[in-house]
Amino acid sequence: MFRYYFRLGIRSLRRNMVLTGLMIAAIAVGIGACMTALTVFRAMSGDPIPQKSSQIYTPQIDNWAPERPPGDTPDHLNTLLSYIDVTELMKEHGAKNQAAMFATLLSVRPEDPRQKPFKANVRTTTTGFFPMFDVPFKYGRPWTAADDESRSAVVVLTREMNDRLFGGQNSVGKIVRLDSEPYTVTGVLDDWQVMPRFYDMQVQPFGRSDEIFMPFTRAIDKQMKVLGSIQCNGDGTTAFEGLLRSECIWLQFWVELPTAADAAKYRAFLNNYAAEQQRLGRFHWPPHTNLRNVIDWLRYRHIVPNEVRILILVSFGFLLVCLMNAMGLMLAKIMGRAGDIGVRRALGASRAAIFAQCLIETGVVGLAGGVSGLALTALGLLAARSLLTKNFVALAHLDWTDTAIAVLLALGATLLAGLYPTWRAAHVQPAWQLKAQ
Amino acid sequence: MELRPILSAMRRNKFGALLIATQMAVTLAFLANAITLVEQRAAWSSRPSGLDEQHIFVVTTESVDHQSDSAAREEADIAALRGLPGVVDAYTTNMFPMQGGGWIDTVTLTPDQKTPTAVTANYMGDEHALNTMGLKLVAGRNYTAAEIETKRPPGDPPYSGLILSKALAEKVFPNENALGKMIIFDSDKPAPIIGIVDRLQGPITAATGLFASYEEYSVLVPYVLIGETNNYMVRVQPGQLDTVMKAAEGKLYALDDNRILHSKSMQQVRADAYRGDHGLIVLLTSICLALLIVTAFGIIGLTSYWVAQRRQQIGIRRALGATRQAIVRYFQTENFMIAAAGAAVGIAFAIALNLWMVRSFEMVRMDNSRAIIGAIIILLLGQFAVLWPALRAASIPPALATRGG
Repeated sequence: MFRYYFRLGIRSLRRNMVLTGLMIAAIAVGIGACMTALTVFRAMSGDPIPQKSSQIYTPQIDNWAPERPPGDTPDHLNTLLSYIDVTELMKEHGAKNQAAMFATLLSVRPEDPRQKPFKANVRTTTTGFFPMFDVPFKYGRPWTAADDESRSAVVVLTREMNDRLFGGQNSVGKIVRLDSEPYTVTGVLDDWQVMPRFYDMQVQPFGRSDEIFMPFTRAIDKQMKVLGSIQCNGDGTTAFEGLLRSECIWLQFWVELPTAADAAKYRAFLNNYAAEQQRLGRFHWPPHTNLRNVIDWLRYRHIVPNEVRILILVSFGFLLVCLMNAMGLMLAKIMGRAGDIGVRRALGASRAAIFAQCLIETGVVGLAGGVSGLALTALGLLAARSLLTKNFVALAHLDWTDTAIAVLLALGATLLAGLYPTWRAAHVQPAWQLKAQ
Repeated sequence: MELRPILSAMRRNKFGALLIATQMAVTLAFLANAITLVEQRAAWSSRPSGLDEQHIFVVTTESVDHQSDSAAREEADIAALRGLPGVVDAYTTNMFPMQGGGWIDTVTLTPDQKTPTAVTANYMGDEHALNTMGLKLVAGRNYTAAEIETKRPPGDPPYSGLILSKALAEKVFPNENALGKMIIFDSDKPAPIIGIVDRLQGPITAATGLFASYEEYSVLVPYVLIGETNNYMVRVQPGQLDTVMKAAEGKLYALDDNRILHSKSMQQVRADAYRGDHGLIVLLTSICLALLIVTAFGIIGLTSYWVAQRRQQIGIRRALGATRQAIVRYFQTENFMIAAAGAAVGIAFAIALNLWMVRSFEMVRMDNSRAIIGAIIILLLGQFAVLWPALRAASIPPALATRGG
């Protein structure tokens, strides 16, 4: 029966190619626009570390006065920490893992004299970074806590950096020259990329990522240039020594708290810490702290720009208009065939049969619209990639989920839109139609 | 024109009429908001920076190894750049407009003031800065060579004077002549305003959010910032940009090849800075055009269907003496009535949508005239789209009335 209705549907669609083409085109462009925006959105709002995103937190402490200059957060908390606070937080070992960090840019001089020196993005952090973020190693291992303690000149390379410097060989124990100083490689990462780079979203959260990792203490020792913002509230200074003593904020700090109880305990600790700072006279305001996990943090930092949200809204509006359009055309088409339907009804077809047949016909249109919409989505993504900041959409590509969403959306929406015309078809009065003939 | 027959005909096609009206209303709502957003972003991204952008490029040098004599190297570099044929002027800067991020500081009027009077960009440069950027001095004077200090940590020398953008001067001293007044900028010591330039845009280009509110506020301080990474801004004679850019890199490498150089023209800087805004404009415009086309086809489709349905009646009307024009006018009036209803709902919907977007997406407030423009576009679109089916209706011969049952 289904196959017969399907054939009937195809035949009926072929009878009026223009109308059918218009319907399919309307659905296709609607789906194409919608899916383009949705794919970009899905790529941008993805969970960068799904297995742990609810167990990794970043603390926030108000170390500026309540009468601070306006900031870009709704709760007037800073999104970075001062060196003073980070040093104190590191002394507390309440978390399973913890990592202080900042980014820097160092020049790399390859051993091979034919290669030109270049700049590399360096993440200076503590060894807790690697187990906390489940960073996979290809060769070797992270540096040790003792290395952190003794400010050792050691580095971990990403796979790409290892390919570039050592041709992909196991480089553990080899020397890398950074800003003309020798560093020993302790490990090489396997493929690892978090999108967005939630732990530091200041510079291109979707863009080029960290290439080399080294102990935070070493970077502090060497007074390395901060790649990212240094925000000061009155006591600003460009001297590194002064920066360490100041209330300027420029560091990220993350902790791993596996259970809700751990998080609650850490929250209490943060509050106590701020209260103690108030007692000591450093803060003249009551404790104002927060602890946010990865998901909350991404939302709080508006990881998906408003532009993308607006485009999604507009494209769904567009889809709505396209569907109404298709609905109108379908109505016209089905009612144009009222005579046929009347004959079929008179020959004994039940209402349900007419309904099923028209619905299948609609489904065929939806399917065709969905598939062509998918092709348009691919085009749309190409356009988006060349038009918007690469940073936004570099990672947006069609995967199986997107494909399924597109086809189901097209089918579902078309069937929904086809419901009324189909219902009208099922209620064609056979006698009246036959008389009209 | 008699409206009653149109209304009673429409009553028999309630759903179709409703469908067209709704389509038009939704189209109008998005159209009006898109126009608003496109206008805002177009205006935002085409603001003049104050610089002679067409003739300026920036070359950034980063030394590979630690250098002890950065100041001497910087002096040699900048002297070489100024000496290149085709170069108008050059200077060492800490940052440049539209670069994306940079030095932001505050202006206060008294030392114990807690909330700053203004938040502003902090540009550093010597007496060549104004000429290199091509800024227009509207009051006061430029720095002299003697006033320029070298900024090197630790400890910054006090400012002998400050040059402000006009927007900032008006913000700090509204309705007053700011020239000669003392302000506190990024330090404890007050300094006098010695010059005001027509405009100098800040480094951050985000169209919404906190930074957008002080995009035109800038201070130029008499500092030369020296470090292992330096930005040299170079202004060239017309038509020489590409040649000089290449020559500059060659010259700098010749002085010292143990460095990494990046050059970028100001035009490229601008293109990169507003890439997102331009992308949004293009995407929104294309979606709106598609929206209009789809709506037009919807109207054509449904009206054609109505024409087909009413062939008989149209034939009878023609037989009873209605002219072709009368038939065309009938469909035009019908469409106008539907479109007017759609436009009325659409205007309300456009305003509601805008208010909601303002709250949720930092969208700009829509001027109500944009909704009116949208309504006019929709009405015209309807008249245009209905023309073809209406003409087909008009060509139905009166003889049809006598045929069939």
